Amino acid sequence: MSHVTKTRHGIKVRLETEEVALLRALMEQMLALIGEAPGADDELASLGIAENATTPDDPVLARLFPDAYRDDGEAAEEFRRYTEMGLRDGKREAAAAVLGALGDRGADIVLDEKQAQAWLRALNDVRLALGTRLDITEEWYEEAETLDAGDPRAPMFAAYDWLTMLQESLVRVLW
Amino acid sequence: MTAMSTAPAPVELERPDVDEDVSADRPWLAIVWNDPINLMSYVTYVFQAVFGYAKPKAEKLMLDVHHKGRAVVANGTREEMERDVEILHSYGLWATVKRDD
Repeated sequence: MSHVTKTRHGIKVRLETEEVALLRALMEQMLALIGEAPGADDELASLGIAENATTPDDPVLARLFPDAYRDDGEAAEEFRRYTEMGLRDGKREAAAAVLGALGDRGADIVLDEKQAQAWLRALNDVRLALGTRLDITEEWYEEAETLDAGDPRAPMFAAYDWLTMLQESLVRVLW
Repeated sequence: MTAMSTAPAPVELERPDVDEDVSADRPWLAIVWNDPINLMSYVTYVFQAVFGYAKPKAEKLMLDVHHKGRAVVANGTREEMERDVEILHSYGLWATVKRDD
């Protein structure tokens, strides 16, 4: 069971081997979802400006990169044109920071405050992705309890539950 | 931003747009919306980290989001609010910009 504590050397996250494997798989999926950074030969992109600035069709991407204006499509598009690439970079870096800290087996991982904050953001991104796919509501916990063991959503609920606990313990030590 | 010109330019081009000028005084808002995924503790933490709010204020705002469905978390110029919303998006919060009315 994962365990987070504050020590003299930093924030210690204790993970079991299977938790390391789960976290690695989830972060790799997140990187795949966000996609590669554009090549250096794309001039607009190298300035952080996107050519395509429409709201993503995929509800998960639309949740990770929400419209910044509710009733003004043009302003929302303009905001997206100038921000989404930078936001994608940030999410990619946060997921990579988690991956970079994971070894092959269970271990005590010591993070400084900045790293812990990157973990928080990366864990939250994965929770947003899973939660959106699962169509999570505020009553999700009761729903998960009644889920049939053979339900294909069961592993996603379990991962979501575990990530929620890990994120909560990480916030508590950062406060 | 100020545009300075030394060349004798047509007067029309130098005249500020009246609508823009008046609206420049009206504050813009950054709004955070409730969602079932973000943790209450995390949202409080983000308000503290992003805006430097003390924990009681951050907690009150978080509870407003939770109970009322949304809360105004900052106000200022449009540019400032867009910047705040961009940072809130980097933390995964559901935030939008709106002109105060």
